Amino acid sequence: MFDRLAERLSETFRTLSGRGVLTEGNISDAMREIRRALLEADVNFKVAGRFVSEATEKALGGKVLKSLTPGQQVIKIVHDQLVELLASGSSSLHFTGSPPHVVLLCGLQGSGKTTTAARLAWWLARKKNRRSLLVACDLQRPAAIDQLEVMAKKAGAGFYCNRAVSDPVLVAREAINQARLQQYDTVIVDTAGRLHVDQELMDELVRVRDAVKPEEILLVLDGLTGQDAVNVAVKFQERTGFTGSVLTKMDGDSRGGAALSFAAVTGRPIKFVGVGEGIEGLEAFDAERLAGRILGMGDVVGLVEKAQEGYDHQEALKLEKKLKNNDFTLEDFATQMKKIRKMGSLGDILAMLPAGMRPAEADMDTASFGRMEAIIGSMTPQERRRPEVINGSRRKRIAMGSGTRVSEVNRLLSQFRDMKKMMKRMKSMKRSGIRGGLPGLFR
Amino acid sequence: MKQGLSEKLKKSRDALAGRLASFFGKGVPNAADMAMLEEALLEADLGWKLTEKVMTDLPALCSKQGLGLREGLAVVLRGMLPANADPPGDPRPLVTMIVGVNGSGKTTTVARLAAMEKARGFKTLMACADTFRAAAGEQLALWGTRLDIPVVTRPEGTDPGAVAFDAVASAVARGFDRVFVDTAGRLPNRKGLLDELSKVHRVIGKSMEGAPHRVLLVLDGSVGQNALQQAGGFASAVPLTGLVITKLDGTAKGGAVFAMAHELGIPIVFIGTGEGGGDMSVFDPVEFTGALVGL
Ligand SMILES: Nc1nc2c(ncn2[C@@H]2O[C@H](COP(=O)(O)OP(=O)(O)OP(=O)(O)O)[C@@H](O)[C@H]2O)c(=O)[nH]1
Ligand SMILES: Nc1nc2c(ncn2[C@@H]2O[C@H](COP(=O)(O)OP(=O)(O)OP(=O)(O)O)[C@@H](O)[C@H]2O)c(=O)[nH]1
Ligand SMILES: [Mg+2]
Ligand SMILES: [Mg+2]
Repeated sequence: MFDRLAERLSETFRTLSGRGVLTEGNISDAMREIRRALLEADVNFKVAGRFVSEATEKALGGKVLKSLTPGQQVIKIVHDQLVELLASGSSSLHFTGSPPHVVLLCGLQGSGKTTTAARLAWWLARKKNRRSLLVACDLQRPAAIDQLEVMAKKAGAGFYCNRAVSDPVLVAREAINQARLQQYDTVIVDTAGRLHVDQELMDELVRVRDAVKPEEILLVLDGLTGQDAVNVAVKFQERTGFTGSVLTKMDGDSRGGAALSFAAVTGRPIKFVGVGEGIEGLEAFDAERLAGRILGMGDVVGLVEKAQEGYDHQEALKLEKKLKNNDFTLEDFATQMKKIRKMGSLGDILAMLPAGMRPAEADMDTASFGRMEAIIGSMTPQERRRPEVINGSRRKRIAMGSGTRVSEVNRLLSQFRDMKKMMKRMKSMKRSGIRGGLPGLFR
Repeated sequence: MKQGLSEKLKKSRDALAGRLASFFGKGVPNAADMAMLEEALLEADLGWKLTEKVMTDLPALCSKQGLGLREGLAVVLRGMLPANADPPGDPRPLVTMIVGVNGSGKTTTVARLAAMEKARGFKTLMACADTFRAAAGEQLALWGTRLDIPVVTRPEGTDPGAVAFDAVASAVARGFDRVFVDTAGRLPNRKGLLDELSKVHRVIGKSMEGAPHRVLLVLDGSVGQNALQQAGGFASAVPLTGLVITKLDGTAKGGAVFAMAHELGIPIVFIGTGEGGGDMSVFDPVEFTGALVGL
């Protein structure tokens, strides 16, 4: 089910050889794939369209770098542009006025405002040593006040409500006075969920805002949202002039494209992401991570860059030729393993691959790589080039020489055979996406 | 203030009809109209795969059957909806379990469905098997007071299966006609929480054979392509019998739920169009598919 963007991209570049130039002709298919990936990730279609034409402009005429395949290069351009868009503005909260500093939360029904309010209080206490007063200004939803009260206790924060009144503006005003009296330095105001098209309730929100004069107004946005994120963000920004947003429910498996829609149409920063249902589930927003998630590829660019460090493209071409002609030997195999070890712990590298591409970790630890290298090191040059000559007595010798067991030698030889078989099958596929310096080992 | 589906429908119909030249014409639609239509489908959260399918099938259908874009589209979209077999018979009590991700509108849906059934003269009970979220019990209890419908709740931290069991058992004993079991919100990539849901489902079966008779997945109308993963995850834990789309009183169209219903063959049964106890109606495929693209 997992669509591999990298694979699909490399397909679109089948005809573009190593050192070509990215042109409108050869890039359009790739950009269509990018657009689809963005749509799949719930980026608004208008935003996706604009994004892709900007990326195309950036890519056009660019020389295909020596060290990257065209597919990798397009991904890098797209990724960098994503990060640039997502990381606009600064995260965290900014208080410049005099205390009590006020944070106002707003958003659609069920997006996570009440939870986020309590989390912010907890976060501010832990990270900024602040005492917060949580204010219940949702007088609509049944038991909304009780919910915030329970969560305030969990957060160890102060709590203010007035069950006798029905106007949130009044409650908000009272709360600010309370905060002054009790010397809270921060006030966090929870409001009722409302639709961006509900004139009456949007007016009410504006009145609450004007009563408490918040330094931060945060739109709490559900991370599972689709195309509508744009309408919501635009309308709330028009009316409230929010300072940023919190993207919730990111512990789910949505791709989170709503964040890009938000950033693109509002130009405001995403300050936090919400994860899980606990009080501690507030994390600083990480644009790089989200970019990888939107593209559905894990930290691909990190992988590309890491692979580049330990790898030279010329060498890769030579290797690719060998693979194609099927004269890839155990010697080449050993060289590959050394390269991988040079790139850092194998675990790190595997972690950067998207879930669907990760091999079973058990048979892929770096320690076993060391043993495999030792086995190959104990072979004669002839054995390395033509492993089919390795008979029973040679196996015993190799095992002794490398301090391993015959069974390990056998396993390595059969793995190598499998790999060559696989390579043969791959022969038809000229280039494959993020192979970089790791041919064969991850497929 | 509150905007119903049909009212919304009228607005978007006027908007799209204004843009589409061959909207009411016959035969093969022109390219500009098709481009516009593609945007409307994407904007409705249909997803690019299904959008491409509609775009491919539509011109052929229109020319073959001599239909205009409007009728052709209606035929294609309605053909994608799985048939609806809800409610499944008339056991007493008819037990309905409500599941879904956090904040999708489960509790409000329980209240609204219970209100619907009560209005039809059925003796109705609501049970809160969400013993996790802060004040979840209080929320449903308040709905019970407001609607004058009895509610079974237990303190935070109680085993949710036990609450469900007690509620259904007492409904059987006291001759109730309808039971609605609310559950805690959960994201479907949390295996442990899905297991908990399976357990609640099993336990309900122990208190009454064949129960729960319906398991409804509640989805926020503004959900994106994750709807498919949501349904897949929940379907792996409990046998879903239908879908509920909430919050269609906003500008979201619920197209991702439509696409998912099509792909998984689970019927859409109810839609929510507001926060009030009466803001729920039986799913109407004509109205819904019309609103989806502004027909
Ligand atoms: N998994 C997950 N659940 C979350 C997250 N944030 C909030 N929730 C849950 O989402 C549901 C809705 O959260 P609330 O904080 O009540 O949302 P709200 O915006 O205050 O809702 P209304 O006041 O009804 O508009 C609750 O079940 C929360 O526990 C999150 O980051 N991850
Ligand atoms: N506008 C609108 N709001 C709705 C609708 N259905 C539910 N809501 C609101 O959405 C918010 C969340 O609804 P709940 O019923 O508490 O959602 P839930 O799925 O039970 O949430 P958790 O139990 O926290 O997972 C509340 O503010 C409801 O009033 C609807 O159809 N339209
Ligand atoms: Mg709330
Ligand atoms: Mg609930």
